[in-house]
Amino acid sequence: MRASLFITCYNDTLFPETGRAVVSLLERLGVTPDFHPKQTCCGQMHANTGFRGEAFSQAKRFVRLYQDAETIVVPSSSCVAMIRDQYPGLFDELGNDTLRREFAALLPRVYELSEFLIDRLGVEDVGATFPHRVTYHASCHGVRALHLGDRPYRLLSKVRSLTQAPLANVDRCCGFGGTFSIKNAEVSSAMLQVKLQDVVATGAEYCTALDNSCLMHLGGAMHRQYAGIMTIHLAEILASTEASPWEATK
Amino acid sequence: MSQSVANHPVLDPLLAPPFPQAALPMLRNPQLRTNVAHAIDVIQAKRFRLVNEKTDWQELRDAASAIRAESLRNLGFYLVQFETQCTAAGGTVHWASDATEARQIILDLLRQENASEVIKIKTMTSAEIQLNPFLQAAGVDVFETDLAEIILQLGDDEPSHIVVPALHVNRSQVREIFARRMGLDNLSDDPQALTAAARTYLRQKFLKIPTAISGANFLIAETGSVVVVESEGNGRMCLTLPRTMITIAGIEKVLPRFQDLEVMLQVLARSATGERMNPYTSLWTGVTPGDGPQSFHVVLLDNQRSSILARPVERQTLKCIRCAACMNTCPVYRQTGGHAYGSVYPGPIGAILTPQLMQMHHAQSLPFASSLCGACYEVCPVKINIPEVLIELRSQVVNQERHQFASIFDPMFLGMKIANLLFQKAWRFHLAQRLGRIGARLFTRKDGWIHSLPSLGAKWTQTRDLRALPSQTFHEWWAARAKEAR
Repeated sequence: MRASLFITCYNDTLFPETGRAVVSLLERLGVTPDFHPKQTCCGQMHANTGFRGEAFSQAKRFVRLYQDAETIVVPSSSCVAMIRDQYPGLFDELGNDTLRREFAALLPRVYELSEFLIDRLGVEDVGATFPHRVTYHASCHGVRALHLGDRPYRLLSKVRSLTQAPLANVDRCCGFGGTFSIKNAEVSSAMLQVKLQDVVATGAEYCTALDNSCLMHLGGAMHRQYAGIMTIHLAEILASTEASPWEATK
Repeated sequence: MSQSVANHPVLDPLLAPPFPQAALPMLRNPQLRTNVAHAIDVIQAKRFRLVNEKTDWQELRDAASAIRAESLRNLGFYLVQFETQCTAAGGTVHWASDATEARQIILDLLRQENASEVIKIKTMTSAEIQLNPFLQAAGVDVFETDLAEIILQLGDDEPSHIVVPALHVNRSQVREIFARRMGLDNLSDDPQALTAAARTYLRQKFLKIPTAISGANFLIAETGSVVVVESEGNGRMCLTLPRTMITIAGIEKVLPRFQDLEVMLQVLARSATGERMNPYTSLWTGVTPGDGPQSFHVVLLDNQRSSILARPVERQTLKCIRCAACMNTCPVYRQTGGHAYGSVYPGPIGAILTPQLMQMHHAQSLPFASSLCGACYEVCPVKINIPEVLIELRSQVVNQERHQFASIFDPMFLGMKIANLLFQKAWRFHLAQRLGRIGARLFTRKDGWIHSLPSLGAKWTQTRDLRALPSQTFHEWWAARAKEAR
């Protein structure tokens, strides 16, 4: 099977190790990853900040680039939520019939990473080893838009030597919210602090998620506060094996 | 007292500062944040338990949403039906297109009654039209009878929540207000002592004042009835003792049929206070000879509601039954409380309702006062997709900015326009990544992290570090790997 990676703009720029982990994970599972070099952004930042026209042009670009892909894998729950929840409205308002048709044909082939592993490939045990205590932060889009449910926990439960540390108030927002963290920086920081108290209380070594935007927010504050907890995308945990541990590939 | 006047919360969108600024004093007030977080955590836990015991909760939400949508789809018909039925039962219906008209109608009715004093059941709609200060200025003394509203009125404060208006005030603060304003120096902060003090204060008002004002939770078109739900019995008192009752209600409050209450009362009590049923549910239809108020008026308030109704995405805002579940679950509200919203309608529903009531000319910061986490939509008993409306309103605000010359000097606006240009062509995006990497070196410390950034970046680095930009993007790694493989 071929899977075309939509790596997303901020993973490409800020978290390339997540993309590399997805590639190594997929190859280990017998999937051939593909990467369209012209990809940029899904338009989420523009859409959520009120720049609909701009978001539309990026959404249109996404559909044109990926319409021939067999499957599209996206290691970012919020970008998948953008595609599923907001593209239809944008295309209804600003698109034409051709675009709407192309999108309707494309949409069922777009998967968030944990969906792809469990729903499409039917694997829970990806053969990973990660000898650490890990807490999972359920991002808002993963919980309430994609309804990922227990998928991430099932994947984590099959990772060898990994101990899961449950996070209290797991469905409460970390306060990132894209440009919200800038426009309402003080309120965002207050929300972040509440979330951090729950994360620190788990006693975990690592905080993981399926969205690097939340992790950038949590990780940035934990570094500032010398909290001693690292952030890591779930893909990197799943890519880590005994033969090739995460620390060595980083 | 001068201090409390200086700190008086501004709940008028015409005068309130933008949300990010208005939130600052709240964030700096640990007592307030503790009070708010504690109160909504308690309500949330009760709601969670009672919602989970209903196996058909999602079906109830669907039904409630459908009933509200049907009311709105045929609003004109149901309002006229309500007027006909209410009038036939001896009530008088008045139509007010805006706050000014509604206030004047109510004042005229009070003057007809020669009323110099009036008692009130808690109504957010009267707060929306700023009725109390208007009546006070016209020489009518207004006495709230809901316990929380008494606390606020005596404490010279404003509501911070639509169901639990004094949620930001704790027991010892209530004691202080009551002791000072009721002259009870030895009052303890025991809840029983506090309610007893309020009871004594209230009894005199109930027995003395023959004119009352209420809001309405629902209006029933089929029967012309008005429904008020409450927890303290003060509403029931106002509905039995006074001679005259004036009800103010937004036009969206109408339900088609009496039987619709079967669904609405179930979802409202569970969502609002985490109760299977609220303690007092009062229904009255016009005037009943010898029982209750013998003069009854309903003021139906439009105040921009019909223009909201005309807009396809925003229309769902009017489905709201004011249960406040959205604010109880909102992580933003949990930090700021209600006063930061500068409106009598705070929280997620306020963030969409208030700017629309202002025709998008004021309160434009409110649609941005959300991380779009979606918790509000998840709990809303009438399934208002609040994040969807927030995004729609954000785009209206941005469209206003597009026509303002000053926007080109706004770093956020400019940044979004530039980012859009970059995302249109991969080569532009890649060039920007390379330039960004070079630029970021100026700010990167030896530990491999950025601790301080200028301009908008400073908003990030005031509480968070940023990891240094990696030396190789993913697409560069991919291209290098493909080259090696060849």
